[in-house]
Amino acid sequence: MAERALSRNKRGPGAYLVRLLVIVYLFFLVAWPVYLVAKNTFADGMENLNGILEDPDVIHALSLTVQVALIAVVINTVFGVGISMLLVRYDLPGKRWLSALLDLPLSVSPIVVGLSLVLVYGGRTGWFGPTLEDAGIQVIFSTPGIVLATVFVALPLVIREVVPVLEEVGEEQEQAARSLGANALQTFLRITLPSIKWGVIYGVVLSLARSLGEFGAVKVVSGNVLGDTRTATLVVEEKYLNFDKGGAYATAFLLALVAVACIIVVSALRPKEDR
Amino acid sequence: MSIEITGVSKRFGDFVALDDVSVSIPSGGLTALLGPSGGGKSTLLRIIAGLETADTGRVQIEGVDATNLSPQKRNVGFVFQHYAAFKHLSVARNVAFGLEIRKKPKAEIRERVDELLKLVHLSQFADRLPAQLSGGQRQRMALARALAVQPSVLLLDEPFGALDAKVRKELRDWLRRLHDEVHVTTVFVTHDQEEALEVADEIVVINEGRVEQIGSPDELYDRPANDFVMRFLGPVTELGDRLVRPHDLQLLPPGSDPGAASGLVKRITRIGFEIRVEVAVGEQTVTVTLNRNEFLALGLHAGSEVQVRVAPEVAGAESRSQVVGAV
Repeated sequence: MAERALSRNKRGPGAYLVRLLVIVYLFFLVAWPVYLVAKNTFADGMENLNGILEDPDVIHALSLTVQVALIAVVINTVFGVGISMLLVRYDLPGKRWLSALLDLPLSVSPIVVGLSLVLVYGGRTGWFGPTLEDAGIQVIFSTPGIVLATVFVALPLVIREVVPVLEEVGEEQEQAARSLGANALQTFLRITLPSIKWGVIYGVVLSLARSLGEFGAVKVVSGNVLGDTRTATLVVEEKYLNFDKGGAYATAFLLALVAVACIIVVSALRPKEDR
Repeated sequence: MSIEITGVSKRFGDFVALDDVSVSIPSGGLTALLGPSGGGKSTLLRIIAGLETADTGRVQIEGVDATNLSPQKRNVGFVFQHYAAFKHLSVARNVAFGLEIRKKPKAEIRERVDELLKLVHLSQFADRLPAQLSGGQRQRMALARALAVQPSVLLLDEPFGALDAKVRKELRDWLRRLHDEVHVTTVFVTHDQEEALEVADEIVVINEGRVEQIGSPDELYDRPANDFVMRFLGPVTELGDRLVRPHDLQLLPPGSDPGAASGLVKRITRIGFEIRVEVAVGEQTVTVTLNRNEFLALGLHAGSEVQVRVAPEVAGAESRSQVVGAV
């Protein structure tokens, strides 16, 4: 304790060196590259931005990305909070396996996720796809497939934010609510949800950012059809490969802008004591 | 009887928390479940509240079989050691919680909350968050919250365990006075014998999952059923083959009583108003507590020769009731 207090009070050259290292590292890895995207976007004034905003296919891609991201976030939030409750509050056999399985989407490359989804839901050769196709539901090369892929890759984010908060809050408040006559739903809505609110919000923001930016899995399952299943990240790639660098930078800038805006809004809203 | 517990057993894996426990708790009383940590008393309380389920046995509350009822249907008030305050709700909303769940009219809720906050002396803190209260205030809030729903029984799990000694003593007195006002059947768990002796009308001593003795504080202190109860309820020392309380022993100048044991004073410790004298009698070290005047009258110092005996009035009472803790 005393040692820690000492090193915190000390402002020796070592402390400044470490700070400098961190700042330089973050600058070259994150801040400078992102800044260059913005700088290139506005190299010709508003021309690049206006260019993509007048292109109906890009507008379609942007709105598809936003729709998919919103649907994926809603699904991941509902299931994420549900699974977290299950993991923390209930004894179930194979809990550790389930917990390990939930990290899979983070460790597996998204392109593998995409391929495996095609294997299951593919319209012609998939395991489950032909049955769905007969029922009139096309998953792969269509919006449901993009949503599935996006949900898959962002699956653990809400859970990993909510589980530690649930553990920290503990069960006593919920037990107190139950003994005061609240049923399970009332207890969840009035006691549990307010106490894990910030964990959920953080999970939602991370999921949203991840969903907006998903590329690999979406590329495999979407079919990348212009004006139909091409999402914003696919537009960036397409434009970049076609030497429309201005358009690529501008689209990339918009994607980054939304993600940064989310994070700024949340840290501004968050109450001071939790910071 | 307000609470009837019959043949309740509970295991956690290999650990037997409760072993065939049967207890009747009278209506309107203040009952303490007393015992060492890990003895099963909290588990018993949580089974009464429905927060744990018993492996075997039945629980009746006010004549209703509650064994399979969920906690929200038992109409019990539960107070936790660590308050379990609803952190995101103000003090008033915490107290109002049970009434809001029961969909009482707003005006009635406000009136009842005001009344309860007055009862627990927290009226001026109604709009604060629990984080802005001290531990003692938080526990009083939790008590008001539990009382708000007019429970048929009030259960408190080590309610003062997380508080510092001074606040603990204050709250103890206050709980006793509150109970005299409210008269709700109350059961509280404690490992502090002084707390149980001071506050409770009736004490249930629980050790290693079994009930050792049930009785009033006087009965337990004066006529313990066995050595465990005797040792747990207060200080003990051995004189010959007898287990006695140090304050039931007498010191005499050498040669005063031919029947008394003789020894040498080894150590004298003064703790406030009380003097503790350790006397070596043969191989044994006997502890005797005296008050200051008794001590000064004897003029003792380390190395003095003395005689030790059980005070005649205590010995008389024991031979009459025939309850002697023999080792």
